[in-house]
Amino acid sequence: MTPEEKALIMDSRIIDRVLSRIVHEILERTKGSQNLALVGIRTRGAYLAERLAKKFREIESLNLQVGVLDITLYRDDLSSVAHQPIVKPTQLPFDVKGKIIVLVDDVLFTGRTVRAAIDEIIDFGRPQAIQLAVLVDRGHRELPIQADYVGKTVPTSKREEVRVLLVETDGTDQVSIEELKPK
Amino acid sequence: MNKPSTPWKRKDLLGLEELTVEEIQLILNTAESMKEILQRPIRKVPTLRGKTVVNLFLEPSTRTSSSFDLAAKRLSADTLNLSVKTSSVQKGETLLDTVRNLEAMKLDVLVIRSSSSGAPYFLARRLTAGVVNAGDGLHEHPTQGLLDLLTLRERFRRLRGLKVLIVGDVAHSRVARSNIWGLTKVGAEVSICGPPTLLPMEVERFGVKTFTDLDKALREADVVYVLRLQLERQARYMIPSLREYAQLFGITRFRLRQARRDIVIMHPGPINRGVELDPDVADGPWSVILDQVTNGVAIRMAVLYLLCGGEAGESD
Repeated sequence: MTPEEKALIMDSRIIDRVLSRIVHEILERTKGSQNLALVGIRTRGAYLAERLAKKFREIESLNLQVGVLDITLYRDDLSSVAHQPIVKPTQLPFDVKGKIIVLVDDVLFTGRTVRAAIDEIIDFGRPQAIQLAVLVDRGHRELPIQADYVGKTVPTSKREEVRVLLVETDGTDQVSIEELKPK
Repeated sequence: MNKPSTPWKRKDLLGLEELTVEEIQLILNTAESMKEILQRPIRKVPTLRGKTVVNLFLEPSTRTSSSFDLAAKRLSADTLNLSVKTSSVQKGETLLDTVRNLEAMKLDVLVIRSSSSGAPYFLARRLTAGVVNAGDGLHEHPTQGLLDLLTLRERFRRLRGLKVLIVGDVAHSRVARSNIWGLTKVGAEVSICGPPTLLPMEVERFGVKTFTDLDKALREADVVYVLRLQLERQARYMIPSLREYAQLFGITRFRLRQARRDIVIMHPGPINRGVELDPDVADGPWSVILDQVTNGVAIRMAVLYLLCGGEAGESD
């Protein structure tokens, strides 16, 4: 299968506005709580969490703690993937106990990654709440999981792929839909 | 970020001799990630739930066997620990029969320590389960070599060009052998020093320098790797007396005046205090001996994780 680009759904300006809106929504929902922490899911979620943290500083002068999760060791498909995926470190440099944790990821799809992330966070302690912020919700959930903050809801078919590119990892900011076509 | 890494394809970990530099780096990087788990309030991840790791130790060991056992448990695998005393090897059962019976009970990884060089290779060819060499005779002790590399990499942030001096009974040491393979592969400069009866012949072919004068050797080293004088093995008959050995090759505070001030001291344990290593050096600021032990758990977690991949993988 080779992907073929079908539609550009976000450029860098839109991504930036969407992140600003998400920050406002988080502030509104959590009533400006000082007890907030952001946790990004590797790889792109971690950079999105950093960007959100920057906006919290700019908009509300709030310095939030930011963590990074690598959910590899919590995946439910380790006995079926061909080769063991690379494990990168998880960094939660604060006590999760009693915190409102906002999990951050780029795309919400089956919900399995988020399930793994929730399990991992709970192994560090008992947060007051875990909420979920995603840049794109593309549907097709396989678990009863939903996002609290959504950048854009994009109805997709399973034959399509949502590609998120970020400056930090890919040199450019862009979200697009690609069709997976048989070669 | 998204650079493709070479995936792990081996069924077994038998020695550092056969590993590529990329494979060594993959294990070290994975171990570095595993170390974080050891700092958590709940030191356990669900990764290997439902997998079974059997530790078959046919030679005495506390450090390595408990390290493998803990590593498996931190990853939620079930473990079974067998030693010579608790296995039917004592009743005359062959090693292959013992292991085939274990495999019939469905094990995923067999960790084996044996006094016979090559035993893990013999088993690896005959089992579908993964085999980890936890020390085979005089041959190799790959997870020890790897944990030493990890300890050095953490300390120096590099391995290339690092000058490592291995002191002691190099000829009979599987730890030395694995370290020589590992260190030379990653570009470190290895030299060895000890009584001529305990040094291997023609080691220069591996790019290893030989010294018999310890003071001279110490002057050039960034790291001194002190080997245990294996009194239960041949060492006893290869040296005139322990006292003479301690005087000529024991690492003491006085001796270290010849070395650079920030020299790093390593030892695979268990230490013969006062023979190859003086207590105040073993416990002093130079020593990273306990870091080696901590890193041992992380390395073994990484190895078990990589060997428990979904696909059986081709065994090299």
